[in-house]
Amino acid sequence: MREALNQWHYVAAAYAIGMSGTLALVGWAWASMVRAEARRERSRGR
Amino acid sequence: MHGFANPARFLRIARWLTPLALASGLILTAASLGWGVLVGPADELQGETVRILYLHVPTAWLGMAGWMAIAGASLVELVWRHPLAAVAARAVAVPGATFTALCLATGSIWGRPAWGAWWVWDGRLTSMLVLLFLYFAYIALSSAAQDDGPGGSRIPAIFGLVGAVNVPIIHYSVLWWNSLHQPPSITMGQSAMAPDFLVPLLAATLGFTLIFTGVVLARMRAILADVQTDARLRRRAMSEDFA
Repeated sequence: MREALNQWHYVAAAYAIGMSGTLALVGWAWASMVRAEARRERSRGR
Repeated sequence: MHGFANPARFLRIARWLTPLALASGLILTAASLGWGVLVGPADELQGETVRILYLHVPTAWLGMAGWMAIAGASLVELVWRHPLAAVAARAVAVPGATFTALCLATGSIWGRPAWGAWWVWDGRLTSMLVLLFLYFAYIALSSAAQDDGPGGSRIPAIFGLVGAVNVPIIHYSVLWWNSLHQPPSITMGQSAMAPDFLVPLLAATLGFTLIFTGVVLARMRAILADVQTDARLRRRAMSEDFA
């Protein structure tokens, strides 16, 4: 018996991984930039 | 070109370019993927799974382009000793590795309904996996070289140049060896794709490239800020020791 494949499940899985990975990368890069620049400003004021 | 190697001038430009690249990239990517998934047609042979290619192709392009950027920055660093070149190469590594991993994941998900297998050890897939391992090695090397002070980035730079050999292997693997993976559908000035598929694919590729640019700029700003903070704290500690 052939396995029934719903192609939309694969599309949804690919988009969930692709979009969450991209958004996580953007969020991490932005947050680490803001943190590093704030640390630099604090070190200037000390 | 040499003028942009000045960190102060770079930061002036990067301050407005980073949010602009990220915001425009996210909007364009969301619009083109939304169009590809919700409005675009299914393919006669691939069915609905053709929609995965709007994600897979841009991530593959950025995985390879990322390493070429590392190789280019490494060459500039080794030859002209530009102060920003090592920073740029380090900044590209994590987004390059992320998009390579996403390319492998989305390709594997596409392969299951299309080929009946999650993974095959053919030239294209294997050379792309090698690229991911090269990124991991580069990230480890450049992190270790950070502690070596000036001149410590030479080893990652040489590694970045040598690793570029893998990029043409990835590109030509589908032509050199028998492969389940299809040959290139888009070459210089030519496309075998119908406009219904080509337009959202090109728009998604541009959107992801803008996101990649924004992430690299953010990483460069973070690395520069860390370097400046550490240098300032070191100077202060030394002056307190001598006081």
